[in-house]
Amino acid sequence: MTARHHYPVPAPRLATGLALGLIAFTVAAVLLRRPTAPRPRFDAPPLARARASGGWRHSFVGRTVTVSRPRKDVYDAWRDFMTFPAFMENVESVHVLDETRSRWTINAPGGAAVTLDVRMTEDRPSELIAWETVPDAPVQSSGEVRFADAPGGRGTTISLRLEYDPPLGAIGKAAAKLFQREPAIQARRELKRFKQWMETGEVAISSATTTAASLAN
Amino acid sequence: MRALTWHGKKDVRVDTVDDPSILNSRDAIIKVTSTAICGSDLHLYDGVIPTMQAGDILGHEFMGEVVEVGSKAGTLKKGDRVVVPFVIACGSCFFCNKQQFSACDNSNPAEKADMSETLYGQQMSGLFGYSHLTGGYPGGQAEFVRVPFADVGPIIVDDDLDDDEVLFLSDILPTGWMAASNCEIEEGDTVAVWGCGPVGLFAIQSALIMGAAQVIAIDHYPHRLELARQLGAKALDFEQVDIHEALLEMTGGIGPDAVIDAVGLESHGFALDNLYDYAKQTLMLETGRPHALRQALFSCRKGGRVSIPGVYGGFVDKFPIGALMEKGLTVRTGQTHVHRYLPELLERIRERKIDTTFLISHRLPLEQAAEGYRMFANEQNETTKVVLKPEWEKTNGQ
Repeated sequence: MTARHHYPVPAPRLATGLALGLIAFTVAAVLLRRPTAPRPRFDAPPLARARASGGWRHSFVGRTVTVSRPRKDVYDAWRDFMTFPAFMENVESVHVLDETRSRWTINAPGGAAVTLDVRMTEDRPSELIAWETVPDAPVQSSGEVRFADAPGGRGTTISLRLEYDPPLGAIGKAAAKLFQREPAIQARRELKRFKQWMETGEVAISSATTTAASLAN
Repeated sequence: MRALTWHGKKDVRVDTVDDPSILNSRDAIIKVTSTAICGSDLHLYDGVIPTMQAGDILGHEFMGEVVEVGSKAGTLKKGDRVVVPFVIACGSCFFCNKQQFSACDNSNPAEKADMSETLYGQQMSGLFGYSHLTGGYPGGQAEFVRVPFADVGPIIVDDDLDDDEVLFLSDILPTGWMAASNCEIEEGDTVAVWGCGPVGLFAIQSALIMGAAQVIAIDHYPHRLELARQLGAKALDFEQVDIHEALLEMTGGIGPDAVIDAVGLESHGFALDNLYDYAKQTLMLETGRPHALRQALFSCRKGGRVSIPGVYGGFVDKFPIGALMEKGLTVRTGQTHVHRYLPELLERIRERKIDTTFLISHRLPLEQAAEGYRMFANEQNETTKVVLKPEWEKTNGQ
């Protein structure tokens, strides 16, 4: 080994070239890969499957919880959605307009409240409630809740599915997520509160200063 | 009221804060007569548990007198003297029904539960005074504390038992008991316990009650090792002898049948792997230093049981999964299902079969709580357990 350290090729340029080449190769390999044969569906449950096949524009919320109460009790409680403001932090008010339509005021991203008219599209006692916003609502969304017996006498499973078009697209959705106001986060939390309400008669709160605390009063 | 609040790494202060109030009808308000500083409080003190906010009240080992009850707080009434489990359990979810109270699904507020769900896969239950991961509930190192689900948690204790005799039912005694129970002790078994803090000492005591033929205690603080010996364990100082070698010799070459990691994520010592962990923790590349756990896994006999009451929060490096698998070890761990053990342990205390007072080294007024933390963190040989007495304020340190 000589004392002088003399690089035969400018090393930094070589390294950069290699890195870029590797990236280009990988990108090309991914984009140009031969289309594979359609894969069998196997046993993925519906909500997880729907999320996996979702696109960019449409936002999807899927969540399942188990409530240790009989299916009819759980359906009855959910069907009585006028009571939701009592234990759901982000549902300000619910007014029934007629047999199928109701007016909901909910907290939206950015702190403002949004009022939506919603139409119930299906109501199968102890099985399914489905709804969608009316055509001229400020945000388009639809959803359903399915009720099923949980295995092993554990009670009832509720599967909530919510789809909506985020007003400002993917960017708006990301911003809303940052401020914890995004519908997926909201829905998840309200479903948890519904479960707490059904199983314990109250909503868990740790601080007197949260809005949830004012619900208890 | 006065309360011990967190303000940052190694910065706890006794502040004046709002009194708690009934927020839900199953709540009760307790006037705290005795409350202890826990080894896991030191993780909060050292700033290694995330989601703490300045002003959070600490403390999850507490007892006292019921001064107010909500309309649905069960049979609890004003004047009842109670010890409160550090785990908040609703008593009616899937997990509570299975007696897995520290996994309660309904005690962590929905807006807080996301954090632990993201970190661990499912949400943690609510705990008192242990960061917003566990719900942000104000703790009991204070004059008063709000206790949710008061019809489920608090246990009434007889007036003829002093506070010091029953306080540890709130956490460390059932924790040591569950740690020993998780060892599934059989006749002739040797149990090795890493860590002679309060949990380790109660685990030693419990293991002997459960019939272990030999209990070996491992630590480096002489006073703590002495306490372990007084309980009936054989003591090993890891600064003086190779633990693995000693354990093999003491078990006829087989290794201990069960091992207990009562150390948790802030292991001490200057072993090479621990120094590596210290370095990575400083660079925030690792959240725990599992040196004691690695040793325990290494020393446990093939086919043996590993019981981990020691607290861990995130991720550790260089975990010997190979040793675990190839030796066919069973691991049992978790936050204590306190409610499961309370009646039995209270009975044993009544019958004088368990003594909990031996490890209390200091009793201080609440106003000196910050000093208590400092001693517990830095003078671990002399400071085995600090109990705070909020009522001593009023009688000028009686």
